[in-house]
Amino acid sequence: MRLLAPLALVVALGACDQAPHRASWPGVAGAAAVAPGEKVEVPPPPFTEGAFPCTECHDPAIPTNRTRRPMEMAHVEVVLKHDEQHRWCLDCHAAENRDKLQLASGELVDFTESYKLCGQCHGDKYRDWRVGVHGRRSGAWNGHKTYLLCVHCHASHAPAFQPQAPLPPPIAPARLSASRDPRAGGGR
Amino acid sequence: MTQTLPNRREFLCSLAGCAAAATAAGCSDLTHTSWFRSRFREMSDDEKKQIVAGLEQEHTAKFGKPVEVGVEPPMQGVEFGYALDISRCIGCRKCVYACVEENNQSRDPQVHWIRVLEMDKDKGVDFAHANAYYEADKVPSEGHFYLPVQCQQCQNPPCVKSCPVGATWQEKDGIVVIDYDWCIGCRCCMSACPYGARHFNYAEPQIPAEQLNPKTHYLGNRPRMKGVVEKCTFCIQRVRNGRYPACVEVCPVGARKFGNLLDPDSEVRYVLEHKRVFVLKSELNTRPRFFYFYGL
Amino acid sequence: MATLRHFADFALGSLRIVTRGNALYWLWVSGLLVLIAVGACFYVGQLDTGLIATNMRDQVSWAFYIGNFTFLVGVAAAAVLLVIPAYVYNWKPIKEVVILGELLAIASIAMCGLFVTVDIGRPERFWHLIPGLGLLNVPNSLLAWDVIVLNGYLVLNFVIVTYLLFSLYRGRVPNKKVFLPLVLFSIPAAIAIHTVTAFLYNGLPARPFWNASILAPRFIASALCSGPAVLLILMQLLRRFTRFEIDDRAIWKVAELMAYAMAVNLFLLGAEVFKDVYSDTEHLVHMRYMFVGIGEHTAIVPWMWLSVICSLVAFLLFLVPKTRAHPVTLNLGCVLIWLGVYLEKGMGLVIPGLTPDTLGEIYEYSPSTTEVWIAAGIFSVGFLLFTLMVKVATPIMLGEFRVGGAPAGEASATPGGVTLAH
Repeated sequence: MRLLAPLALVVALGACDQAPHRASWPGVAGAAAVAPGEKVEVPPPPFTEGAFPCTECHDPAIPTNRTRRPMEMAHVEVVLKHDEQHRWCLDCHAAENRDKLQLASGELVDFTESYKLCGQCHGDKYRDWRVGVHGRRSGAWNGHKTYLLCVHCHASHAPAFQPQAPLPPPIAPARLSASRDPRAGGGR
Repeated sequence: MTQTLPNRREFLCSLAGCAAAATAAGCSDLTHTSWFRSRFREMSDDEKKQIVAGLEQEHTAKFGKPVEVGVEPPMQGVEFGYALDISRCIGCRKCVYACVEENNQSRDPQVHWIRVLEMDKDKGVDFAHANAYYEADKVPSEGHFYLPVQCQQCQNPPCVKSCPVGATWQEKDGIVVIDYDWCIGCRCCMSACPYGARHFNYAEPQIPAEQLNPKTHYLGNRPRMKGVVEKCTFCIQRVRNGRYPACVEVCPVGARKFGNLLDPDSEVRYVLEHKRVFVLKSELNTRPRFFYFYGL
Repeated sequence: MATLRHFADFALGSLRIVTRGNALYWLWVSGLLVLIAVGACFYVGQLDTGLIATNMRDQVSWAFYIGNFTFLVGVAAAAVLLVIPAYVYNWKPIKEVVILGELLAIASIAMCGLFVTVDIGRPERFWHLIPGLGLLNVPNSLLAWDVIVLNGYLVLNFVIVTYLLFSLYRGRVPNKKVFLPLVLFSIPAAIAIHTVTAFLYNGLPARPFWNASILAPRFIASALCSGPAVLLILMQLLRRFTRFEIDDRAIWKVAELMAYAMAVNLFLLGAEVFKDVYSDTEHLVHMRYMFVGIGEHTAIVPWMWLSVICSLVAFLLFLVPKTRAHPVTLNLGCVLIWLGVYLEKGMGLVIPGLTPDTLGEIYEYSPSTTEVWIAAGIFSVGFLLFTLMVKVATPIMLGEFRVGGAPAGEASATPGGVTLAH
């Protein structure tokens, strides 16, 4: 394969690279950006205005109705399109403490660490995201980079990427000069 | 090389007089100083400083805002690589226009360094049936995928080979650059490029002053002139200062990855080692630094 | 010193010769001067606005100018057709017209230089090509090699012709030891200029239509069949209007050689068509664009078929001795062969090579007003140069234009003809 040539060169030269090696993620040779257990620095989660803290309405003292049902009083606008056959709100949102999310193990995590929740099912995306290969990053290629939470791009309840309007196409070559030299133009 | 410069200047000064007289009517921008500017690669540091100062003055006066022209050299131990996830690209063209703004491309006549090709899913990567002029209410449109193409910064660049005056070359960090003041505009390089990555200024580039990006590099996004070739430089003015190229930062789906191929911890190395990667027109042995992959 | 004085006389005498002529001559020259002026005006406009005045765009970045350049390099190389039989085979009837062939080569190379100059974006930066001052990228760049060989060929032809004509002017027999090596060298030089130009296209793997080994042989074949057409017409004109005696056999021989060259050219075309059509890969799209069109993009198709038909008809006219000998069919053949090869090698090489472009896009190019008038101006420069040079050379070869004025001189000058000693 032709790609092995540059790769071999790159790997060989990597022996004399200057950047310090960071901690390894098991199963991912020499490529972790954030070590397991280390918290990822992210911008604040994109809450709807006034939604957080949830415990302002959801008093932990009030017993929870764990029956699956459509919402009527509040959160009516939330339409779950994310494995809704098998799950509903309380499968991700911790029933006892609505300011937290719950993992399969029962462990509670903050909304600022929601990637741990997503990573349970989307392990390959999570692994790629930690390394910086999934999703948008800005910053320095050789220094500090910012991560975004999954939910910054994928709306948590309907994560599928919505199609968007494209920016305009390039001007066709035959019309390139239309606004410039009137002596030119397509043909004589 | 520096020794011959004074002689060259004297000789060319006299030629300049004749040439100016002969072409007075047509050459509106035949400025005395830029006509016998040396090739960037042969310039001493002092000469570079002088010329940069002159350019900064010229552009600041023209655009009404302080313009910087940098000459940052390649960083040690760095060879850039780029990876683009075509399973993710939605064809929104945000990269195209971010590049236009960042790199001061002419708005009229329009110059785009990035071209996004809409292709059919049932045909795969097939240039013969690609369409760069797609319009849609929403993208991605049904049955299509998108392949943005820009300069591949080949390791074996056919354009560099073909240039008769050596106006284009590959720097140590892998970026193929053009010395805009040395290019004679013969367009051999454009015939040689298999990716349609090189673009020509058929007229004097027009950029509205308020849209000019004032942070420029001599070999990158400084304002160009008519009659010379230009192309993607991996945002040389950004990457040599540690920043991502504009297209990488703006991509809303994070399809673009960039980094140092010599750094085993870089994103782009991760992609090469763990994803299904391919390059365009590999049979031409250009060995691009621009890799396409399927992330999903 | 005598040499310098003779040269000054020669220059002044030449000036006198070109400023005298009949009405037809002045009509021709004035017409050319007008076209040159018009072309120059359009060029000034192009310098001002940039190449946007042409219809070239990124998708088709070489077009009319470079197509004409390619065709004219072939014409310049074709002078060799006359040199080979004349000197290698010592064919007497052709020797007398070798000088005319080299004058044509000089005029053609001048036109080539002009076409390249009007094509480049920053012509004032031409000095970047001069080794020492600028940087000439040899051995890598084929265009750099082209600059070297074309200028070298121009100088070579200029030296040969000046030496021969100046010697004859002075009534001296040209020294074989001086001009024969140069003339023999001009044979590989002519092959070289056209091969390097072919390699310029050939060496671009990005363009599969050009990246074919057959390109260099095809260039030579098409050059050999088209270049002499101008000379054949010229020789007949000279025979009619001056005391120049040109043997019919010389004309027929040249036409016959052109027929064989065209046979090779057609065979090579056939070989290319077979390879593309039978293999039926994506690369067929370029040939398809030429001869069938792609979708509604068919503008170039009638021109390509015209080229093939002209070439075939001309081939037959030159092949059959009867039509070769008859002045009407001979001249018709000359015009057709020139047209056929001009279309095939000019636009028929450059445009299909770039259409569709590397990313599959089809931009249908046709020359703009600016391009057409600038090209007309450049062709006029070439024709004018050729006219003036022939106007001076003819009386020299006839022994009429001599040092001291009188046709008397060396006994080696035979009336009505010229003998180049061998």
